[in-house]
Amino acid sequence: MSELKKGSKKALEQIEQVTIRFAGDSGDGMQLTGSQFSETTAIFGNDLATLPDYPAEIRAPAGSLAGVSSFQLQFSSKDILTPGDQPDVLVAMNPAALKVHLSDLRSGGTIVVNQANFNKKNLALAGWEQNPLDDASLDDYTLISIDMTRLVENALKELNLSGKVMARSTNMFALGLLYWMYDRPLESTQQFLAAKFKKRPEIVEANLRALETGYHFGETTELLPAHYMVPKASLPPGTYRNIMGNQALALGLVTAGQKSGLRIVYAGYPITPASDILHAMSTYKNFDVLTFQAEDEIAAVTAAIGASFAGALAITGTSGPGMALKAEAIGLAITTELPLVIICVQRGGPSTGLPTKTEQADLFQVMYGRNGEAPLVVLAAASPSDCFDMAYEACRIATKFMVPVILLTDGYLGNGSEPWRLPDLDKLRPMENHFATASGDTFNSFEIEPSTLARPWAIPGTPGLEHRIGGLEKDAVTGNVNYDPINHEAMTHRRQRKVDIVAGDIAPTEVYGDETGDLLVLGWGSTYGAIRSAVDRLRAQGYAVSQMHLRHLNPFPRNLGDVLVRFPRILIPEINMGQLVRIIRAEFLVDAKGLNKVQGKPFTGHEIEQHIRQILTDKKDG
Amino acid sequence: MTTAAITPALTRKDFTSDQTVRWCPGCGDYSVLAQAQKTMPELGRKREEFVFISGIGCSSRFPYYMNTYGFHTIHGRGTTIATGVKLANPDLSVWVVTGDGDAMSIGGNHLIHLLRRNLDINIMLFNNRIYGLTKGQYSPTSEKGKITKSTPFGSVDHPFNPPAVALGAAATFIARTIDVDGKHLQDMITASYHHRGTSFLEIYQNCLIFNDGAFADVTEKATRDDQKLILEHGQPMLFGKHRQKGIHLDGHQPHVVEIGDQYAVGDILVHDKTDRMMALILSEFTYRPDLPTPLGIIYQVDLESYEQQVHAQMKQAVEKLGTGDINALLRAGHTWTVN
Ligand code: SF4
Repeated sequence: MSELKKGSKKALEQIEQVTIRFAGDSGDGMQLTGSQFSETTAIFGNDLATLPDYPAEIRAPAGSLAGVSSFQLQFSSKDILTPGDQPDVLVAMNPAALKVHLSDLRSGGTIVVNQANFNKKNLALAGWEQNPLDDASLDDYTLISIDMTRLVENALKELNLSGKVMARSTNMFALGLLYWMYDRPLESTQQFLAAKFKKRPEIVEANLRALETGYHFGETTELLPAHYMVPKASLPPGTYRNIMGNQALALGLVTAGQKSGLRIVYAGYPITPASDILHAMSTYKNFDVLTFQAEDEIAAVTAAIGASFAGALAITGTSGPGMALKAEAIGLAITTELPLVIICVQRGGPSTGLPTKTEQADLFQVMYGRNGEAPLVVLAAASPSDCFDMAYEACRIATKFMVPVILLTDGYLGNGSEPWRLPDLDKLRPMENHFATASGDTFNSFEIEPSTLARPWAIPGTPGLEHRIGGLEKDAVTGNVNYDPINHEAMTHRRQRKVDIVAGDIAPTEVYGDETGDLLVLGWGSTYGAIRSAVDRLRAQGYAVSQMHLRHLNPFPRNLGDVLVRFPRILIPEINMGQLVRIIRAEFLVDAKGLNKVQGKPFTGHEIEQHIRQILTDKKDG
Repeated sequence: MTTAAITPALTRKDFTSDQTVRWCPGCGDYSVLAQAQKTMPELGRKREEFVFISGIGCSSRFPYYMNTYGFHTIHGRGTTIATGVKLANPDLSVWVVTGDGDAMSIGGNHLIHLLRRNLDINIMLFNNRIYGLTKGQYSPTSEKGKITKSTPFGSVDHPFNPPAVALGAAATFIARTIDVDGKHLQDMITASYHHRGTSFLEIYQNCLIFNDGAFADVTEKATRDDQKLILEHGQPMLFGKHRQKGIHLDGHQPHVVEIGDQYAVGDILVHDKTDRMMALILSEFTYRPDLPTPLGIIYQVDLESYEQQVHAQMKQAVEKLGTGDINALLRAGHTWTVN
């Protein structure tokens, strides 16, 4: 199918979906390039998913393999859930980027390179013995080799800019070229550049010219015979915006604050990849959001506990290493039965691990990593936009049940983006709390309300409710220190029941696909999209495979056990060594199997699909 | 004047909880508790506005005995929990009860950051120079060479000097008092209360079980007059039974002189609590056998508190941007509509 675009001499071919990966040196602006392409594509009306990937070092040596930064996105005229398995197009700004990413490119895919950077020094740094642009090593691909540096320098000649500024604009050339290749409008990026560099008009001009030069180059070059068009996706009606997980999460928290009428106190300590939540929250001051950058992770969680004691909607956010530091304090929140939301944006571990890479290996930590019997509610978001819903849900459960709640996301969700249909705020479940006032009777700070097992939230400043709480074991009614053995056992059971009762307040999870079949793929967190695309493909091929995705990990939805026994095979893909799978096996005595990957990268749908096909084929053969 | 119901004045009893006090008989903590319970009604605040927060240690039991809001937290973190309470509700009168181990060892980081931020929180640091609750190990304020259960051959680490630490952490109020001097204790608690910003009140407290007599030179009749230097702003630093001794500065070096032929009262250092250099010199008196122990307000300056500034920024945001509209916030940036 092809048609002639108005004003363009070249064919415009329609395709369903494309996966592009932008890769270059950390200093090449690949994150900005990728997020601009995503924004433009979202506004255009495609469905999309993104995967940024950048080094932990702020500036690894220029041109080195360690310094390569990339941004992948898939966009489509259909509903999609992953940033794509294999890129169709690789934009490689230097030899290192080509070296790192070439093996991921689908065979026959397109490579766009900045030829100027393929010099001796860069080739050596990247470990290319010969220049791959000159020999046969890229013969399986369509190579578009352009001296972007020279073209940009020519375009910016009369602006009298330094070589450095010109070099920094090359990414906009690449972006402009890709906009032409996929028939995207420039307006959104033009506006973005004008706003971002408002104070430096010469930079705006340089970037705009580079962008347009790239676009026009596409139109005129003989290297590109045609360009492509991905029609709008037919998404459900509504107002949309493109959103990253961390942003969505912050908005979910603010929404909970607004719906509850409570002041939010968000206490955090800078940590990758959770800092963006702190950044976002610090801009919402006119929403009665108070942010506190604490001196360390322990101070952040304990300040939040203090704020909760004083009646605020208290939240702290961190990543795995910070969770480890907060463990003792979370135990205090459990035993004092105070509402608290703790967000863990997981990253590769252990220890400092892989700060900028994704992993799901903190599930055991948040479930069990505290002294004593210290159960709490654990939730996990499934996609970038789901971070909004689950952040709201975490706040709702915390205040309704007077319990701490941990919300797990990860680096892939936090930094990844997708179009988000804006929610109808009136349809969100109500926020409830247990604020107490004096009744004249003796006040019992630990007497529970039977339907929620919540104790009264008696906040300082309320006359007549003066009371003391603490980390020592308490009497089940008065809250006074109590070392009685029977009381301790009763309180231990009570803390467990406070978690269990939440199961009655959450929706049963739904099975995607048939209610019964050969295999159930059970997942949690960011594997949602990859699992769904694998299940869709397998079902289309006639396999009896269904999906169930958990957003409530403690307590589990009440129907989980019933669903599990309906499938002879249960597969649990996780970005860890098998954590949910052990909990499921222990809890339900089912023979669930894991599919595990710990490369700091999300699963591709293809990997899961292959694995399931293997299992089901083996079964047939056997 | 209206004839509306006048709230009856609060008394010490109103601040006494129904919990049995469980410190060792004769512990210095009893006296501090009594003075606090006596002082609180004098401050003119409603009882429900007081919050006492502690960490872990003998002294950290304190909140259980005060009939106010209270929170017995975890080791070293009373300061940070108090920070959260004060941030969430700046109208409360927030007190931290802590010890030398709780504040200067496990909670050292939080202590210095609270002091530099200057939240309006009152710290009462019970310094008994020992770990009492864990039954007698040396603490970060124990003198070098201390023989304890964990240091049978004597400790080899240098102790912290609390006022010097506070000064280094940019504290705006540094004072010291002692458990047995009820009147002075009350005065210092009152001064802490009225200070805007974090007040750091070090209370020398005798642990008669594990470190009895740690401050005997300042408390025993025979020695105390020659060992206790009561600081008063604008007054010469005189001490001794007949106030016949004083502090004289030789360059930056303080030493004790007798008023008489060689030195007149005019030669004696006059206390200026706003003088940071003087505060540094006074904090150096700690652990010096040749100098008396200064009690009173060592240093005090008035600076805006942290929470005042935080809440001012929030107020300014509302003035500038209007009260937040959540629907508009969700729709910020590029949106598009699918029909
Ligand atoms: S051990 Fe020492 S500090 Fe603790 S209560 Fe007994 S006397 Fe007081």
